Amino acid sequence: MQASIQPGRDAATQYVLRLGDTCLILGQRIAEWCGHAPVLEEDIALTNMSLDLIGQARALLTHAGQISGLGHDEDQLAFLRDERDYLNPTLVELPRGDFAFTVLRNAMVATFLKLMWQRLSASSDAELAAIAGKALKESRYHQQHACDWVVRLGDGTDESARRLKAALAQLWRYSAELFEDEAIDEQAAASGLGPKWSELQADWRAEMAALLAAVKLPVPADSVYRSTGRRGVHSEHMGFILAEMQYLQRAFPGGVW
Amino acid sequence: MNQTAVVSTSGAGGALGPVWQVLGTVLDPEVPALSVVDLGLVREVLAHDDGLEIVLTPTYSGCPATELIEQNVLAAVAAAGLGPARVTMRRAPAWTTDWISPEGRQKLFDYGIAPPGPVDLSEGVPMHFVGRTPSGRRLACPRCGSLQTERLSAFGSTACKSLYRCMSCREPFEHFKPI
Repeated sequence: MQASIQPGRDAATQYVLRLGDTCLILGQRIAEWCGHAPVLEEDIALTNMSLDLIGQARALLTHAGQISGLGHDEDQLAFLRDERDYLNPTLVELPRGDFAFTVLRNAMVATFLKLMWQRLSASSDAELAAIAGKALKESRYHQQHACDWVVRLGDGTDESARRLKAALAQLWRYSAELFEDEAIDEQAAASGLGPKWSELQADWRAEMAALLAAVKLPVPADSVYRSTGRRGVHSEHMGFILAEMQYLQRAFPGGVW
Repeated sequence: MNQTAVVSTSGAGGALGPVWQVLGTVLDPEVPALSVVDLGLVREVLAHDDGLEIVLTPTYSGCPATELIEQNVLAAVAAAGLGPARVTMRRAPAWTTDWISPEGRQKLFDYGIAPPGPVDLSEGVPMHFVGRTPSGRRLACPRCGSLQTERLSAFGSTACKSLYRCMSCREPFEHFKPI
């Protein structure tokens, strides 16, 4: 059994880890559709998007390990942390649900990431800016594809519209967490590393409002509920996804293909 | 390794022409009609006192061929007897399909893959139904040249491609996505 590692606790490391974990966990979640998507084209689409997200996560976790100065590599950070040390928002760890839930969440996250990569392209950290410059191209395509499906479902059959509406009701309250400021946001903004996540809220809401208007769904009212995944306090689903991800590295330390 | 570049070249015409020629024979593992030079993956070749440095740029963040390309480049340089070499990855500026050479585009077309058009960032307004003809510009079928084509799938067999079909000759074909 491989022991857990403790990631760096400094603001810059945590800021990069938080974004890397967002890509990592969503990438893992949508990979679950491999072999299960409703049509072959979407099976390919979801696994391709997963591949992009995991590629982005690899670059970010590698960089976080370098910033921390603790010598952790991407695999150690992906597979050997305890649950409380994963900093992704709860939104991305929720079970994949039905296809409507998956495409709506992908639209929400891809829109968020696109805005994030745009801002990070001007980061004072050259490596982070380079990662963002590449990821931006990928997220644009993900957003277009996911939003296309939101419109298809919302404007499709009664059943598809019903499922999309149900997915929105379930997902919306997890979006507020994306735009809460933490101490690491203040420090990242001050150092020029990247924006406070709250700075993306207005643009994100505008794009989501336009998308929902296209399918004649009202933007849900804000909830007082706040999920807390970014502080390491996750939903009950997180332990299961980590168990699946971590099993091999924990049981066979350092195992490679 | 010594970091001082004795010679630096970004194209086949320079002093390192033989190295670029060898790199021009290293095929992309997933699109074996094109070399890594045709694809614009080789950004620079530098000659240091103690060996060659070949600068590559990755295509997609998660492209599984990246590591294999690196190995193949080093193997080709070694097989040609060009001395010690190493590969460095350069992420910025991000790779774009605009870097695929004109010869590369022709090779793609001849291989049956519709080459990418110029990257247009105004394309793809996210809120609208995209349907099977995502833009005003129609793709020519690489088999019969017909413009009566439609998109079947936004994603294809590899990260860099999408899937189309021709309504005239009825054949499916792949399209290299512009990014």
